[in-house]
Amino acid sequence: MTRQEPNELSTGKRRTALRHYHQARWNEPILFELSCAGQRGILVPEVEEGIRNAVGDARDSLPQSMRRRDPPKLPELSQPHVLRHYLRLSQENLGADLNIDVGQGTCTMKYSPKINDQLARSSKMADLHPLQDEETIQGILEIFYRFEQILKEISGMDRFTLQPAAGSAAIYTNASIIRAFHHARGDRARNEIITTIFSHPSNAACARTAGFDIITLYPDDDGYPNLAALRAAVSGRTAGLLITNPEDTGIFNPRIEEFVRVVHEAGGLCSYDQANANGILGITRAREAGFDLCHFNLHKTFSSPHGCGGPAVGATGVTRALARFLPVPVVDFDGNKYYLDYDRPESIGKIGPFYGVAPVVLRSYAWVMALGARGLREVAEIAVLNNNYLLKKMLEIPGVSAPYAKGKRRIEQVRYSWEGLTQATGVHSEQIGLRAADFGVHYWTSHHPYVVPEPCTLEPTESYSKDDLDEYAAILAHVAAEAERDPELVSTAPHNSTVHTIDHEPLDDPARWAMTWRAYLKKHRRERMP
Amino acid sequence: MNDGKSVVYPYIPNSAPETKAQMLKDVAAESTEDFFEDVPERLRIKGMMNLPDPFPSEWALKKHVEGILAKNRTAAECLSFLGAGCWQHHVPAVCDEVNQRSEFLTAYAGEPYDDHGRFQALFEYTSMMGELLDMDVVNVPTYDGYQAAATALRMAARITDRQEVLVARTMCSGKLMKIRDYLKPDVELRLLDYNRLTGHLDLDALRSAISSNTAAVYFENPSYLGFIETAGNEISGLAHDFGALSVVSVNPITLGVLTPPARYGADLVCGDIQPLGMHMQFGGGQAGFIATRDEEKYVMEFPSRLFGITSTRVEGEYGFGDVAYERTSFAQREKGKEWVGTAAALWGITAGVYLALMGPKGMTEISDAILARARYAMLQLSKIGGIQTPIFQSPHFGEFVVNFDDTGKTVGEIHRALLQHGIFGGKDLSREFPELGESALYSITEIHSQEDIDRLAQELKEVVA
Repeated sequence: MTRQEPNELSTGKRRTALRHYHQARWNEPILFELSCAGQRGILVPEVEEGIRNAVGDARDSLPQSMRRRDPPKLPELSQPHVLRHYLRLSQENLGADLNIDVGQGTCTMKYSPKINDQLARSSKMADLHPLQDEETIQGILEIFYRFEQILKEISGMDRFTLQPAAGSAAIYTNASIIRAFHHARGDRARNEIITTIFSHPSNAACARTAGFDIITLYPDDDGYPNLAALRAAVSGRTAGLLITNPEDTGIFNPRIEEFVRVVHEAGGLCSYDQANANGILGITRAREAGFDLCHFNLHKTFSSPHGCGGPAVGATGVTRALARFLPVPVVDFDGNKYYLDYDRPESIGKIGPFYGVAPVVLRSYAWVMALGARGLREVAEIAVLNNNYLLKKMLEIPGVSAPYAKGKRRIEQVRYSWEGLTQATGVHSEQIGLRAADFGVHYWTSHHPYVVPEPCTLEPTESYSKDDLDEYAAILAHVAAEAERDPELVSTAPHNSTVHTIDHEPLDDPARWAMTWRAYLKKHRRERMP
Repeated sequence: MNDGKSVVYPYIPNSAPETKAQMLKDVAAESTEDFFEDVPERLRIKGMMNLPDPFPSEWALKKHVEGILAKNRTAAECLSFLGAGCWQHHVPAVCDEVNQRSEFLTAYAGEPYDDHGRFQALFEYTSMMGELLDMDVVNVPTYDGYQAAATALRMAARITDRQEVLVARTMCSGKLMKIRDYLKPDVELRLLDYNRLTGHLDLDALRSAISSNTAAVYFENPSYLGFIETAGNEISGLAHDFGALSVVSVNPITLGVLTPPARYGADLVCGDIQPLGMHMQFGGGQAGFIATRDEEKYVMEFPSRLFGITSTRVEGEYGFGDVAYERTSFAQREKGKEWVGTAAALWGITAGVYLALMGPKGMTEISDAILARARYAMLQLSKIGGIQTPIFQSPHFGEFVVNFDDTGKTVGEIHRALLQHGIFGGKDLSREFPELGESALYSITEIHSQEDIDRLAQELKEVVA
């Protein structure tokens, strides 16, 4: 046990004690193993005698070929056992509410106010069908409309759709709109999208899915997007630029207007991936930099909880010139009532069913309405202050560096490098992250490819206190010291997690991978399904 | 909120002025302005944004939002027969209990170590879906059933290395718009007509359209228009004869009683899990699934994350992780399959809870109950003069088309009258399928009692009289 004994690090006036942490470990079986024949978790309302008498055995209406003969082989469990199982699994999951979640850079892990969850769960929201008569959905349409006005002010854009169900769906929507814009002018030669390596991989992937060829720009020596490379890349084939700013390094591109101008002069459109907007709310906007499109992740910047990876919304904004291409319907107000406008002949169509993930929109609206313009500005300022504070703490740890933009401040996150530590100890960034998990925090490296060697990306949003940041830095300093002293301790981590080191090889082997329990039984227990 | 005075925000710990001042000092900054030195002056917002005045207290915020939401009239307050892709089922309390847990609700993208629970819960979800669908591979949810269908078709095109898909026309027009936009770059979509009498896919149209260029034949079961496609075997057989795949979209709640598509030849099965424990939420409870056989050729074309079960260094311990991660855009950017990102994981976990609660008996009973209640509704409505239902001579599950042509009234007129009595009629199809005349798609689930259905019949009778 002495191996895991926490130490204490001096952090200013207060001393930061690391926690004696161990994650819950229930050794919880797979649900199917808990099955007990005959048990029931919930009962279905019984069909009334009147109905049974009128229709007889309704299955008789089905041809034999369409009647399932064997019931699905689902587990059989009582209600308390289903609940207990899932509560145990929940304890084996480290939600943002439970930890200092600054280690998931690019994802803007912030506090999701509970009042907003409560409002989103109310029957007045939960029990609305999307196709109800407009007269009965004036409340929710008003929320959509009001929130669009808010986003217009925050971005300077003229129209928004809230239909895309996440950031990547928004990027895809942007790419579809760019295509529609060029095609509407009869220009079908523009088949290239330019992006940067420090913009989210979906900028490349979604644009490719939308049919474009991708040109990826690498940064200049100082880590800034390379203007000369952009000039060399644009041509009559350029459909548009998809770019993040600040990029995932936390560096703001001061020449962003020039980037936009170069692409415009070549006849392309510019789309602003605002996944990293948290540090610039109320500071700078898409409009002033000349962008034609932009999108915000409401599950990141606007506080809607991440839900283990959705549901989410990628709110997409465009200039007046592009509004006609937005997905249908848009929400409008005629001075008297709110309504859904489908009469948009040049629309790219639908991106998803209905109008977007309404409870996410509702939470985001409530979040803005709790803070106002001054509060949003405070969000940005504190997020950036927190980041620069953590940057200072991190750079005090031997073996850590913050590549690029030497001596400059950063916006809302930093992509650090442990290259120095790796060279000294042989311990890699991933392993540092897994050891950090032993102290009850998340940690993430970077998207692929690792342009920054041995990367880690920290984004301490406005939700974390000075003490939180001190603790996080103390954990990483402690792990770095362990790497020097006892590299094996770090490279064999985690030691205090729910599970031990996972065997990854079967997951890449078609003969052994198993994505369902039934496949696992067939492949690993040689059980034949009847 | 007096201007000029500092404000402390409950969501922002370091907005406390003492802490803020100390931290600025610690990083040798005069003010937070120092951090924005790279943002050119002319791009800066001058002063404050023009946003509505906030409601700083939680109480005031709650009153404000509730005040707006109060303008809604919900399906719970009225009697609703709307479906068409989003259905009003009972949501078990345990589903809500689990998906409200902070541990699940606020987690995101942790490793299989700190987020073992999320991996196991989603693996169990895909495992139970696998039983329902009788297929060995199911993805971590994508956005919704529209995306699932669009991706399944692009997967089929990649698997067969062909660029044309044949799609049954009896599809929701919105879904068709989505699929068209999504296939546009790579794949040509051709619509197949339907038999006016039965609604079924016109097999002659299929025979004349299909060729060695066809990547996939796509149909839905039950169809968007409610009828059950009974020629699944023949359609899949024809597809296979030409080396094409059979892609079927299915409503999972029907599978307690209906034959899973894999058993009539489907190679890719897709759909939406909203019926499995998600509140309607104005369309915010959708999540898509795609299922296939366990063959490398299929698995490697999924864009979504696939969670697999594996061992750990401790004997007998289960671990989980990403299967074939290298195929994704996370690993390969534009060289990955389509893209992967945040989608609808929480609804996957919730659907798992739902299936665990329901078990084999629950799923069978709910399918049977919907089948019986919908039959009863068709029977009662068809007795009303001027109303014809179902308009297709086929078996139906929970939805059916009601035609009002002989009443001399439009769907709009009839539904406005029903609304006066607190009833939401089904989705108006008159513009979407003009050939069906004044028709609407009515939906029945396990929550519609005999009394509810009788009330609908009674009100309709008075409205059309």
